[in-house]
Amino acid sequence: MLNYDIVVIGGGPAGLAAAIEAKKSGIDSILVIDRDRELGGILQQCIHNGFGLHEFKEELTGPEYAERFIEQLKELDIECKLDTMVIDITQDRLIHAINTEDGYMTIQAKAIVLAMGCRERTRGAIAIPGSRPAGIFTAGTAQRYINMEGYMVGKKVFILGSGDIGLIMARRLILEGAEVSAVAEVMPYSGGLTRNIVQCLEDFNIPLLLSHTIVDIKGKDKIEGVVLSKVDSHRKPIAGTEKYFECDTLLLSVGLIPENELSKSAGIEMDPATNGPIVNESMETTVEGIFACGNVVHVHDLVDYVSQESRRAGSNAAKYVKDMLIRNGSTLQARPGDGVGYIVPQIIRTDNLEKNLDLFMRVKNVYSHGKLVIRVDGVPVREIKKKHMAPGEMERIKLDLELLKDKNDSILSVEVEKEVV
Amino acid sequence: MYDIVIIGAGIIGTFIARELSRYKLNIALIDKENDVANGTTKANSAIVHAGFDAKPGSKMARFNVEGNAMFDKICNDLDVEFNRIGSLVIGFSEEEMKELQKLYQRGLENHVPDMEIIDKKRVKELEPNISDNVVGALYAATGGIVGPWEMAIALAENAIENGVELLLNHEVKDIQKTQKGYELLTSEGPMQAKCIINCAGVYADHINNMIAKPTFKINPRRGQYFVLDRDARNIVNTVVFQCPTKLGKGILVTPTVHGNILVGPDAEDLDDRENLSTTADRLEYIKEIAKLTMEKIPYHMTITTFAGLRAEPSTGDFIIEESKDAKGFINVAGIKSPGLTSSPAIAQYVVGLVGKILGNLEEKAEFNPTRRKLIRFDQLSQEEKEETIKRDSRFGRIICRCEHITEGEIVDIIKRKAGATTVDGVKRRARPGTGRCQGGFCGPRVVEILARELGKDMAEILKDGRNSNVLTEKTHKGSDGSDVKEWAAVSIEK
Amino acid sequence: MERKNMICIVCPIGCHLEVERIDEKVIVTGNQCNRGQAYGIKELTNPTRVLTSTVKVNNAHLSRLPIKTKGGVPKHKISQCIKEINSVELNAPVKLGQVVIKNIQGTGVDVIASRSI
Repeated sequence: MLNYDIVVIGGGPAGLAAAIEAKKSGIDSILVIDRDRELGGILQQCIHNGFGLHEFKEELTGPEYAERFIEQLKELDIECKLDTMVIDITQDRLIHAINTEDGYMTIQAKAIVLAMGCRERTRGAIAIPGSRPAGIFTAGTAQRYINMEGYMVGKKVFILGSGDIGLIMARRLILEGAEVSAVAEVMPYSGGLTRNIVQCLEDFNIPLLLSHTIVDIKGKDKIEGVVLSKVDSHRKPIAGTEKYFECDTLLLSVGLIPENELSKSAGIEMDPATNGPIVNESMETTVEGIFACGNVVHVHDLVDYVSQESRRAGSNAAKYVKDMLIRNGSTLQARPGDGVGYIVPQIIRTDNLEKNLDLFMRVKNVYSHGKLVIRVDGVPVREIKKKHMAPGEMERIKLDLELLKDKNDSILSVEVEKEVV
Repeated sequence: MYDIVIIGAGIIGTFIARELSRYKLNIALIDKENDVANGTTKANSAIVHAGFDAKPGSKMARFNVEGNAMFDKICNDLDVEFNRIGSLVIGFSEEEMKELQKLYQRGLENHVPDMEIIDKKRVKELEPNISDNVVGALYAATGGIVGPWEMAIALAENAIENGVELLLNHEVKDIQKTQKGYELLTSEGPMQAKCIINCAGVYADHINNMIAKPTFKINPRRGQYFVLDRDARNIVNTVVFQCPTKLGKGILVTPTVHGNILVGPDAEDLDDRENLSTTADRLEYIKEIAKLTMEKIPYHMTITTFAGLRAEPSTGDFIIEESKDAKGFINVAGIKSPGLTSSPAIAQYVVGLVGKILGNLEEKAEFNPTRRKLIRFDQLSQEEKEETIKRDSRFGRIICRCEHITEGEIVDIIKRKAGATTVDGVKRRARPGTGRCQGGFCGPRVVEILARELGKDMAEILKDGRNSNVLTEKTHKGSDGSDVKEWAAVSIEK
Repeated sequence: MERKNMICIVCPIGCHLEVERIDEKVIVTGNQCNRGQAYGIKELTNPTRVLTSTVKVNNAHLSRLPIKTKGGVPKHKISQCIKEINSVELNAPVKLGQVVIKNIQGTGVDVIASRSI
């Protein structure tokens, strides 16, 4: 059996930042495990720019952003096991993992940081009817084929879902010589960032069809086309609005789901709103000594915030190993109010906070000139005006610790006040 | 010249091939598809029925009950997953309970063992999540679940090990009578046979009509299904049918041998024998009917939906006989449900028919009824896992994250007889891509392994059918920038 | 006179701008801040984009090397730039930041490797 103070599962942006911060916090015995053949996670296939504006005040590409962290990891001499799969985690932090060199390993950790990221929602999950031919990819899979393996997925592409990966791939495919007929989105607004709509769709005259969905897929061996239909306000297709689009490829960018098989096997309690573990202010899950950060907790839209959140997980895992985390003391529960989908962290133990509390959340609709109202036990403690809020853009608020002073067994809620656009 | 050519490598064709491979015969098993089990066998309810449904005296009744009893041995010999989890037909009213009583009586006439009419309390004990409206049920202990395509693949592998020749991509275009037997004109050239066995599924009538009078017709009847994530596995423990008098006859909720949940099928007659599309209205209908069985089926855990075609015979019963117009031409047609359950007994019966045609069959001393066991890495103990990786390090690399399938297992099922050559072929044999990510992560790795093991370029690798290439071509190779469109010229109407 | 409607991408608000050129003067309306004005003027007079793609790389564990233009290149030159990028073939090792194409299409902008391989 191997022994480490901290084992970080996942070597993407979350795992890298957590490991680096844990090392900087004075823990020497750290192991990073990743299932891929190299570190960096999904960043390595995100060759477009736009990463690092907050973190480095620069616009980096995904591989550049990753490389800065990987270099740091190397400088700090942090141990990694690549091409290694964790197959089980127990509540007492025993990790079972395998790879081709070491074979079957059991690893005892004093603290674990879960940083497995997320996966893409599939056709099956959204039950698109029709035949099941070749040529249907999730946008991320296509991105990997094109940007890393060097293979094209098709020549005439239709994209369902206006998530950022779908928008990015629209531009990418055009630059690789393919044709992109349209991007369809079931919601009345786009799920992606405005800059991506402008630079990936408008720059290339690709239509964005809001309130539309695919109702049929045609083709036996290879996809030949899709039938698109308008949807009503309940997202149900409107009969008579069907339109046929010929294509040899369908890309799906219909959402991301935190990947928590291991968290579940460790008995960690999950939040159905995030599909990730319930975490506290220190990014610790409901199982003592197991921390989580990044997209495994909730899907982020900016990697910069993943890095920030993961540093918090890394430093607190270090504190835990050094027995410096306060387990008892005043505790608040964070609850999403009207218009808010979720809040992370869900549990706040104020004694472990230094100055501020960072809260991450997503609103449920598009709002303009609204405000976020923060209440403790129903009493408003702060209001934050927002010119623009949308589900595609994560909200982050910093609360002064003073506001939460002397609160115990309290409910902290955040709600949106303002009419829907 | 072959002694026997078997047309169709589904569960029936592979089973007959394997049973005939016990004898000194020169056998070819041919299929128009590029893999075995690529028709009805890959898309059905995967149920081993107890046998109370079919009309007493019918072939269906006989072969169902006989076949059911043969599953333990064959699945053990061929290392195929099979579970006698029992089945329930549930009744929601006293009227329906009378129907169940009739089914029970019919079961007795068909010689179905271990049946029982049980009350609501017993039903709820067996199935706590079932609707509170249930009054009682017909319980059959011999009902079970099996992997149908895994079984056909195992049978094909074992048949080949015992000397059968498997010829894929061989579509039969015509059949001619010759002096010594028959000539089959296939897409790959002519073949001669003394005896032909027609196991062509939904095309069995077309094949029959090439050489004999059209005495029957096959109607493709489509059925659609939901497959739920393994996280939903605990909602049901047995195969749960509704009472067949209900409008929703045939819609069942059942676990699969892999721990998923299957909900379906509906029944819809089509003209198109290739139409495996799912449709929104039918899936919605299945949800409506299945709701009677269980109010809360977690459809948000759906990982995929699919459709299959049953070969519905115009005669109402299995057609298993030598053609009256064509001696030595045996039809095994209209094998709809309970065809999978009946397959072992049908194969045995067809061996008898062949014996009558070709004279006494001589057994081979070297016949091996078993196949080399599959390694299912995820099911091994820790010690076995350690050992397996030590023996072959490729078992230390997990390719499918959802189902924990290793590179070692994937290479093994590519290298076996009747091995996988396509992404879906790999999926059907070793299950990477059957989990919740549906191949999102492992897809590119599987394509890479297939290309490497088959000595092909990744662009040549197929998803499933002959023209189903996953990828189109390499991205720009360096010197070649010629096909870049003028960016300004890319303009699509808004 | 030249007029264009555009969505500002400086921040998530996404103001709908109307940018108009009257003689030598560019007038931006619809913006909520000065950054929006600057964006509107630039988008009308000299829109540029950072271009990212991949080039063929030999002797590496991957077959493609990601690259980017070190600064924005004029929008109207993107297709020519992509053609030139597609003609490049490199041998590993390559360092992050290494120049792959100098002064692409006379834009004064270099194309650099965006990872080490």
